[in-house]
Amino acid sequence: MIILYSFLAVAVLGGLFGIGLAVAAKALAVEKDDRILAVEAALPGANCGGCGYAGCAAYAEAIVKEDADITLCAPGGAAVARAIAEIMGISVEVSDQKMVAMVHCRGNRDTCTYKFDYNGIRDCNALYALYGGDKTCSFGCLGLGSCMKVCPVDAIDYDSRGNVVVDRDVCISCGKCVDVCPTGVMKMVPYSADYIVACHSIDKGALVRKYCTVGCIGCKMCEKKSPEGGFTVEDFLARIDYDARGSRDEAAAACPPKCILRVSSLKPDLVPVTALQEENEEA
Amino acid sequence: MSYLAIILTFVFVSNFILTQFLGLCPFIGVSRNVDSAVGMGFAVIFVMSIASLVTWFVYHYILVPLHIEFLQTITFILVIASLVQLVELVIQKISPPLYKALGIYLPLITTNCAVLGIALIAVRSGYNALESFVAGFSAGLGFLLAIFMMSTLREKLDTEWVPKPFRGVPVAFITAGLMALAFMAFDKALLQNLLGPM
Repeated sequence: MIILYSFLAVAVLGGLFGIGLAVAAKALAVEKDDRILAVEAALPGANCGGCGYAGCAAYAEAIVKEDADITLCAPGGAAVARAIAEIMGISVEVSDQKMVAMVHCRGNRDTCTYKFDYNGIRDCNALYALYGGDKTCSFGCLGLGSCMKVCPVDAIDYDSRGNVVVDRDVCISCGKCVDVCPTGVMKMVPYSADYIVACHSIDKGALVRKYCTVGCIGCKMCEKKSPEGGFTVEDFLARIDYDARGSRDEAAAACPPKCILRVSSLKPDLVPVTALQEENEEA
Repeated sequence: MSYLAIILTFVFVSNFILTQFLGLCPFIGVSRNVDSAVGMGFAVIFVMSIASLVTWFVYHYILVPLHIEFLQTITFILVIASLVQLVELVIQKISPPLYKALGIYLPLITTNCAVLGIALIAVRSGYNALESFVAGFSAGLGFLLAIFMMSTLREKLDTEWVPKPFRGVPVAFITAGLMALAFMAFDKALLQNLLGPM
């Protein structure tokens, strides 16, 4: 009997409340612009937040109601921007180039020196609040994986040496990792980029050499070896202008600290437990 | 217990946020500016007072006669969830900016333990219908008081220099802790001095 009563009581209450809500929803319906729904349907629906709005629905509303920029959806890229332009009846100029995030640092326990041992919470921003991180270099990757936590598509992981790397084929260019990274070592590069300068330090070469074996020392070797490669050294750090179409192989081969890396060699390790994670568990 | 005693109890002596530590999620999440904090406070007042009234009727006219009091948690959640949906519809209709400011915290009132808490406490204390309603209302009032004070403090904190590791949520937690300490001044003894023995 109790079972029957329980079932009936909850079913009847649920039914009543359901009907009540259905009536209320009809009576209090908010009219939505058809274009908002159309724009929302055109967006990828990943709700990554890379556009700066709370999700795809919020962005769609902002486009229709507040004339938000329609090119903000990085995952959707040019195709989505054109689709939205068609819905909104405006013209748009977009490039088809997809951008992906890359960690511009290869410093780890083997390659660079540390100021102190950190045993706090596993969060890069928490670590950065303490004297700019535990590495002697204050520009590099802190390696605690705050970017991995915010990445909506799990494109970021450690490789076998404990470095943080982005899988460019998975990356949807939302830019969340770039925003969360306290040192700014996570930077966007074109998907088509063949090489990156895997260093972010603007310290002088002699100083970099003291604390890191794979840091850019600003020697300008790349500028000389691959003059067509778009290399420029500024503030003791080499940067690549990806619009330059020349070969960059010579520079990469000649780079003394070997910090000009082929992008296709940068892949997260598929083995889930990496050396660094084991170390974390021990700590 | 007089109505005044119920009101004083739930607003000050057992304030849901600052002495019972229930419903902390919106307390931290929506207290960044005064406007949305007050909006949230009123939404909670509405949900809490109506929820404790409705759950009183559900308990005494459905659960007790059928001897299925053990279902109180699930039926109360049902009541609260429906009420929150209703509040959400109403707010979306009459005040879209407030709806936007409250964001995810509005549906989260559903799982806010303060709302379920007041419903269960009201039933357990053996209140009558009106007393339940007053208890729910004053618990909501206590929530409004706490979140309003918190939001004014946090707005002030925004312009103050705060040591780097404490910026943002950490200093908000410390502020909340200090407020809770201050609320320890309101205790049962104070209530008895004010209103005589109960």
